[in-house]
Amino acid sequence: MSDLVEEKRPVLSIRGLNTVFKTDLGRVKAVDGLDLDVPAGATMGIVGESGCGKSTVGLSIMKLIPEPPGRITSGEILFEGEDLTKLSNREMRRIRGNKISMIFQEPMTSLNPVHRVGEIISEVIRAHQKVHRKLAWEKGIDALDKVRIPSPEIRINDYPHEMSGGMRQRVMIALAICCDPTLIIADEPTTALDVTIQAQILALLERIKKDLGTSIILITHNLGVIAENTEQVAVMYAGRLVEYADTATLFDAPLHPYTRGLMLSVPRLGGKKDRQSRLNVIPGLVPNLLSLAPGCRFADRCAQAMDVCQRSEPEISIQDGKHLVRCWRYA
Amino acid sequence: MQGVADKTALQEIPRQTFRRLAWRRFLRHRLALAGAVIVALIVLMALFAPWLAPHEPNRVDIMLAREGPSSGHLLGSDVVGRDVLSRLIYGSRVSLSVGLGAVGIYVLIGLVLGCVAGYFGGRVDMLISRLVDAVLSFPVLMLILVIVGMLGPSLFNIILALGFLGWPEVARIVRGQTLAVREELYVVSSEAAGARSSRIILKDVLPNIMSPVIVNATFGVARAILIEAGLSFLGMGVQPPTASWGNMLNDAQSLSILETMPWMWVPPGLMIFVATISINFVGDGLRDALDPKLS
Repeated sequence: MSDLVEEKRPVLSIRGLNTVFKTDLGRVKAVDGLDLDVPAGATMGIVGESGCGKSTVGLSIMKLIPEPPGRITSGEILFEGEDLTKLSNREMRRIRGNKISMIFQEPMTSLNPVHRVGEIISEVIRAHQKVHRKLAWEKGIDALDKVRIPSPEIRINDYPHEMSGGMRQRVMIALAICCDPTLIIADEPTTALDVTIQAQILALLERIKKDLGTSIILITHNLGVIAENTEQVAVMYAGRLVEYADTATLFDAPLHPYTRGLMLSVPRLGGKKDRQSRLNVIPGLVPNLLSLAPGCRFADRCAQAMDVCQRSEPEISIQDGKHLVRCWRYA
Repeated sequence: MQGVADKTALQEIPRQTFRRLAWRRFLRHRLALAGAVIVALIVLMALFAPWLAPHEPNRVDIMLAREGPSSGHLLGSDVVGRDVLSRLIYGSRVSLSVGLGAVGIYVLIGLVLGCVAGYFGGRVDMLISRLVDAVLSFPVLMLILVIVGMLGPSLFNIILALGFLGWPEVARIVRGQTLAVREELYVVSSEAAGARSSRIILKDVLPNIMSPVIVNATFGVARAILIEAGLSFLGMGVQPPTASWGNMLNDAQSLSILETMPWMWVPPGLMIFVATISINFVGDGLRDALDPKLS
């Protein structure tokens, strides 16, 4: 199955992306030289700690980086033969919500409280398709039906505050799919929801991917979510891609010490020395992006750091054909 | 049929929309309710002035000059023998036109400039904000006097002068609110859905910033009525024979009238007082009812 996926051309290719924020203290490279392919019809996960640049990748693709202070300084984002970084705002509007759409973390505040759900959805549809108000409303009901909202023809008249968090996230997904996008960027779509609802929302995304053939970028810090819902994983650390592989490969044989650290930090039920053993932690903190040392960005926290790690940063190397890793141990 | 069952279940729950909630809070505010009733009466008075007024308001009858209240002229007559009650009724038209006209103009200007400044930020914001500062630093009453003096005193010119000088306060409120709303996630998600800036301002920003603007506008109506009365009292406002509460007070500049003929100046003075205080009560009620922090 995964072989099939990889034969297809990627829907989106990121090449050498640099996204920089200018702060009072200096320039911060939130995304630093990122190369990434999003495979067609599959879910690609991006994991990392807070501040590693994973959300910035999503916003960069949508060109929604608040500018100033942020800016895409270089790189290409290739989508359907176009470089998104070169498109004007008007051309970008044609793509946003239409071909690429985005789901945010906070369903409670992502819907305007003064409008009915139906008004919000039909507004999006009418922004991209020349359809009559009434038809847009019908399509809105369709979209709500697709995200499994019961009696959509009634709930479409609801105001957002009349819905639960899970329902609202479903509405957000309906908004994202109402124009049949090629790619959905889901930025921590389940973080604000409780666990049972999380599972439902993720299952819904999986269903949508299968039914509509949409590709999904799933941005999260939760390795469990990655393991169960993605086919490919990109691990980011301090603005850099540090490891990229098939989800199965990555969980079987993580290469980068950071990825391994992350996996060991997840508590497990029924482990051998459940009581005595303490949960593994990665010592130290994410380096300050304002003052980066010349070496590997993870060197200070890495148990296996060598001399060379402090001196210069490793390039990405390819292991076993498809497994990318940025570490001197594999260089 | 599950859909049918849901339909009835859902319809039995009354919708707690913000509007309904605000309306209920407003009804609980006694003074505001009383104010609203009085304002409604004044509006009716202005609308139906020709049917309500017992006499032609501008008809001069020297024989009747300075007559006290009588059965034919309930509030007596003024220095040239015009019926005071009729003039009082017609005067409400002037006050309301000034209040609504001037506030309508400046709220519109304030909304447009405030939204543009707050939403787009940067240089546009700088420019508009400095313009606000500049207009706010003029002594408004003096400026109005100068404008009315140059254009000539008339109802229309007063409305224009007040309308084009009143907007900075609204612009400032709107800009501040827009700055806050602009950061809301629903604005970002509208952007992510490909909405244009104009759409976002109209659909996402405006409805969420109207509460303080409505409250400010209500107080603005009262203030505009007061300023018109002041200008007309000074002779710089609405010119006779058109009746306005302000220029009716003008007669009281004479000491003998002030001392011995209260029917000429007490009623218009009272009307100005009642109208402005009622509108201000309504504004108070609206402020409490529309405050999102109370619920």
